[in-house]
Amino acid sequence: MIQRFLPLIVTSAVLVVGFLLCAAQFPNFASLRVVGNLLTDNAFLGITAVGMTFVILSGGIDLSVGAVIGFTTVLLAVLIEQAGWHPAAAFAAALAVSTGFGAAMGLVIHVFRMPPFIVTLAGMFIARGMGFVLTTDSIPVNHPLYGVLNDVALRFDGGGRLSLPAMLMLAVFALAVVLAHWTRFGANLYALGGNRQSAELMGVPVGRTTVLVYALSGGLAGLAGIVFSLYTGAGYSLAATGVELDTITAVVIGGTQLTGGYGYVAGTFVGVLIQGLIQTYITFDGSLSSWWTKIVIGALLFIFILLQKGLLAVWTGRGGETAEA
Amino acid sequence: MTAPSPDASPPLLAIRGLSKAFLGVQALDGVDFTLHHGEVHALLGENGAGKSTLIKTLTGVYQRDAGLVALEGREIAPRSVDEAQRLHIGTVFQEVNLLPNLSVAENLFLGRQPTRFGFVDRRAMNRRARAVLVPYGLAIDVTAPLGRFSVATQQIIAIARAVDMSAKVLILDEPTASLDAQEVAVLFTVMRTLKARGIGIVFVTHFLDQVYAVCDRITVLRNGRLVGERRTAELPRLDLVAMMLGRELEEAAHRIELGPAGGDDRAPLARFRGYGKARSVEPFDLDIRPGEVVGLAGLLGSGRTETARLVFGMDRADRGEATVDGRPVRLRDPRTAIRLGFGFCPEDRKKEGIVGELSVRENIILALQARQGWLKPLPRRRQEEIADRFIRLLDIRTPDAERPIQLLSGGNQQKALLARWLATEPRLLILDEPTRGIDVGAHAEIIRLIERLCADGMALLVVSSELEEIAAYSRRVVVLRDRRHVAELRGEEVTVERIVAAIAAEPGAKEPGAKEPGATAPGATAPGGAPR
Amino acid sequence: MTPPARTSAAGIPRALPQYGALVAVLLANWLLFPDFFTIRLQDGRLFGSLIDVLNRGAPVALLAIGMTMVIATRGVDLSVGAVMAISGAVAATMTGAGWGLAPVLATSLAAGLLCGLWNGLLVAVLRIQPIIATLILMVAGRGIAQLITEGQIVTFTSPGLAAVGSGSVLTVPMPVAITVAVLAVTGLLVRRTALGLMIEAVGVNRLSSAGAGVNTPVVLVAVYAWCGLCAAVAGLIVTADIRGADANNAGLWLELDAILAVVVGGTSLLGGRFGLVLSLVGALIIQAMNTGILLSGFKPEFNLIVKAVVLMIVLLLQSPALTLFLPRPGSPRSGSPHPRTPRPAEPPVKSGSVKSGGVKSGGIKPGAGA
Repeated sequence: MIQRFLPLIVTSAVLVVGFLLCAAQFPNFASLRVVGNLLTDNAFLGITAVGMTFVILSGGIDLSVGAVIGFTTVLLAVLIEQAGWHPAAAFAAALAVSTGFGAAMGLVIHVFRMPPFIVTLAGMFIARGMGFVLTTDSIPVNHPLYGVLNDVALRFDGGGRLSLPAMLMLAVFALAVVLAHWTRFGANLYALGGNRQSAELMGVPVGRTTVLVYALSGGLAGLAGIVFSLYTGAGYSLAATGVELDTITAVVIGGTQLTGGYGYVAGTFVGVLIQGLIQTYITFDGSLSSWWTKIVIGALLFIFILLQKGLLAVWTGRGGETAEA
Repeated sequence: MTAPSPDASPPLLAIRGLSKAFLGVQALDGVDFTLHHGEVHALLGENGAGKSTLIKTLTGVYQRDAGLVALEGREIAPRSVDEAQRLHIGTVFQEVNLLPNLSVAENLFLGRQPTRFGFVDRRAMNRRARAVLVPYGLAIDVTAPLGRFSVATQQIIAIARAVDMSAKVLILDEPTASLDAQEVAVLFTVMRTLKARGIGIVFVTHFLDQVYAVCDRITVLRNGRLVGERRTAELPRLDLVAMMLGRELEEAAHRIELGPAGGDDRAPLARFRGYGKARSVEPFDLDIRPGEVVGLAGLLGSGRTETARLVFGMDRADRGEATVDGRPVRLRDPRTAIRLGFGFCPEDRKKEGIVGELSVRENIILALQARQGWLKPLPRRRQEEIADRFIRLLDIRTPDAERPIQLLSGGNQQKALLARWLATEPRLLILDEPTRGIDVGAHAEIIRLIERLCADGMALLVVSSELEEIAAYSRRVVVLRDRRHVAELRGEEVTVERIVAAIAAEPGAKEPGAKEPGATAPGATAPGGAPR
Repeated sequence: MTPPARTSAAGIPRALPQYGALVAVLLANWLLFPDFFTIRLQDGRLFGSLIDVLNRGAPVALLAIGMTMVIATRGVDLSVGAVMAISGAVAATMTGAGWGLAPVLATSLAAGLLCGLWNGLLVAVLRIQPIIATLILMVAGRGIAQLITEGQIVTFTSPGLAAVGSGSVLTVPMPVAITVAVLAVTGLLVRRTALGLMIEAVGVNRLSSAGAGVNTPVVLVAVYAWCGLCAAVAGLIVTADIRGADANNAGLWLELDAILAVVVGGTSLLGGRFGLVLSLVGALIIQAMNTGILLSGFKPEFNLIVKAVVLMIVLLLQSPALTLFLPRPGSPRSGSPHPRTPRPAEPPVKSGSVKSGGVKSGGIKPGAGA
């Protein structure tokens, strides 16, 4: 039993130890304010990572999420500021477009049996390209609703606040756990990631599941784009560059097998927080340069991949190596 | 030509005039097949006979071109495995078609999980899973991932799933291929229970003794056509083999002339002492001399393949010593073994043998080239010479040497693999199931080749399930049981009976089940060895 | 230089789609811009739109050379963009510190080689999936490059290094000359030795290849190392061209262009047969399209969309699902004289009732002639 949750336990331990180390070094670190900011700052990443977790569990990958976030911010800015739409309508439109975009990629992946990696790569080009075509400028969004939404928060003693994006992220994670473990769709996802052919033989609606999971990932990237737009108050087609890597990293650190079929949504949440923690630490330290974030995250990625390899070997009970020269 | 029904009620499953072609190749040509309630019906045939096409057409993987399929008198035409299952036709494919990453319960109920308010009720699912497995004698943790359990347990879970989904027809496609005798016995018990419940079972297998152990009736296909349907009790084994092969059997496998005793005096080419690997094979002693065939016999999973892999360095030994030509060696990987003059044709040709997309020529020269190193490429003309020579010599049937090897039939792929090693002029050739899954003609040719190579002074180590075959060409046979070398038979001792006796020697250790005396194998039939 | 069968059953060169596409794109450019094929000689160097296409296409072409072989082993290298940034950062920083041209070139190439070795070791020895193994360096690599430049955009004035980007050899722009040289060396390495066969064998079936004695770890490490080296060369050219290293943006997204070039060139992402020249043609097609979009007055922003569309079309044409509907005379990728047919369950070569011919007793002397 414990074996199955080991990656999750290790990841959580890393988070707790990391947090304690930070708290030991900086007295102000262990405060609700820092935790609140950690959640708010990483809300868009967390929301995207949920979609990515599902896609990876199903044995695929979605490289387009960063581009979809960028495109969504541009679309919102253009609709609200230039076309005069109400933000609510613009949000709905953005969600519809991003979900449809994801579904289209899923359809191509399924119908033409193309590697998800390459299809979503093309999707990334298209989403960034569409953003560029709309505008290459950064457009500020000044609609009053943005101010109102940014003020929505649960406030705690000591200056801590749980902002709307943070609440959204927590809600998305909660729903995602239910979806993954208490619905047939969730079981189908794991089945698909375990072995596509077997899943098909066992009557899993492979096509529908594939399309749905990419639609879900696209839709969540759209939601993350809305959060990002609220957070930055602007639309920029180069926004969220490289977020696809950050989300994949969060998913892997969270203990999900990149080959699909094994992993937990909750782990991804911890993975996102670990990344956020590193960033916060570097901000707190002040003397460390931002590029250390990338290097440390790369190193963490390496360590967790090694850990997964080791665990999988233990899982399958094949301790003995095959000497494939 | 359908055998008369035992009773007047419509048969459980009736197939009439079923045809299916692929790109002009007629895989099934007007085949009839009848399955009754509560019978186990063997579907037999050599490779290319059309068995798997028949099954796949029946289960909706392929759509038939012509013909009629009726279940209890009602015509059906499933378009997917899923739909076939809903029509009460359940299938358990050769490779376990379940999901190792999901729990046992999830595997049993995937797609039909009990739900409450739209959400999966995991507790109810686990409870029902335990209940479903009771009749099969499986009391296991249904929340554990399926991958933790043995292949046999997984097979039974797959059967339980199919039956629980209200299967009336259960198709078992080579379920015993990777089971040991005990597991086969358990499976047969399950099959008999299901039969008693009125379920009709279509049983596809390569093991003829299993056919006689459990089947009521036999349908034989050949080249996409129906050869005939018989009651098992009325069909002697030899007649069955003749039906499958479509010709009178060749002469009994002949025993090659063994050199006048001399063999054992020769210095061994390779000598293993206390060689073994934890959880794979117990330490063993083994000598292999030039000009002799050493057979490795035993049931599946007895450690015979593992022994072969250790000798070739595919797996690394963790104890014992190996010497070649009297010098100690460490067989770390295949490259070391190849440099010592070893060659190895693995059991799983497709996964570990051929390089599918490359041409026959490239496959043949690959080992030779690899041994020469990448810096010394074989000139193209030389490659063609080698390829053409072996294509002629081994009668590899291919339009030309540039055809991708994956387009060849199994037997021709096997011959190309042999050619790959012969091109390296090996001193020791290790063959793991060299005749498995290939057609009869190629089968006989490969056996003759083994004998010829041996006569030319090569040492061979051959793993085979075909005991008559092993007995016919081996000077010595090492018998394995439970991952242990238990006996070594030599010279006159090498007979099917002695091998079987050695396999079954330890009282109560193993039922002879899977391989009892007289397990007649196509192409290597030794009528004398069949007691029936 | 290309794998054995150059023609399909119908006698059509199997590379026809690639060359055809290149000619079509070039002709389209010519129609849009009549001076497209005009080439001038000025200050001992060739100028003109066509030369420009070659020159600008050089970095992606270089990446594509390395990437082709990685993809042929059924891998992919996502880190080439980051490796370009590292090699550029090394070159600019060292030049700024006063080092001569030779040590600068040697060190930055060595840096690229090292990155490639790291990737290769992860893939070959630790057996991490290539896409994930190279993801690590893709993430960390830009951080490392920034570490080297200390987050600055490092500029330099050394004419020696600048010549790598803007000089010329025998009137040919330096980047083009370097690309041709790298292609030639790579071609010799893989086709004049048995390395090409080994790469293809490993790509098709790693287990079988290992069983036949192919030293798979060495082949894999070599391929990734070479890819890293090619990326380093590309990074040098870009840095030399702009006379500075921008750790954040150098080579950004070029890994995608490189993969695109390889795929357009007809090498399958599933490994196996590869064609170096065709990948180069792929890179040229991409660059010529870029130029064409610029010339036609479209916003350069359309570039990404066009690339994506081309990628999808090429992949659609190669898709096995599509081949089911449209059986074509020769698949562009199989490199076989036989159409790739959907395999029926039973081997198409029928062999039931065989004349039991078998080995004629003439004796097989295993060694005879070998």
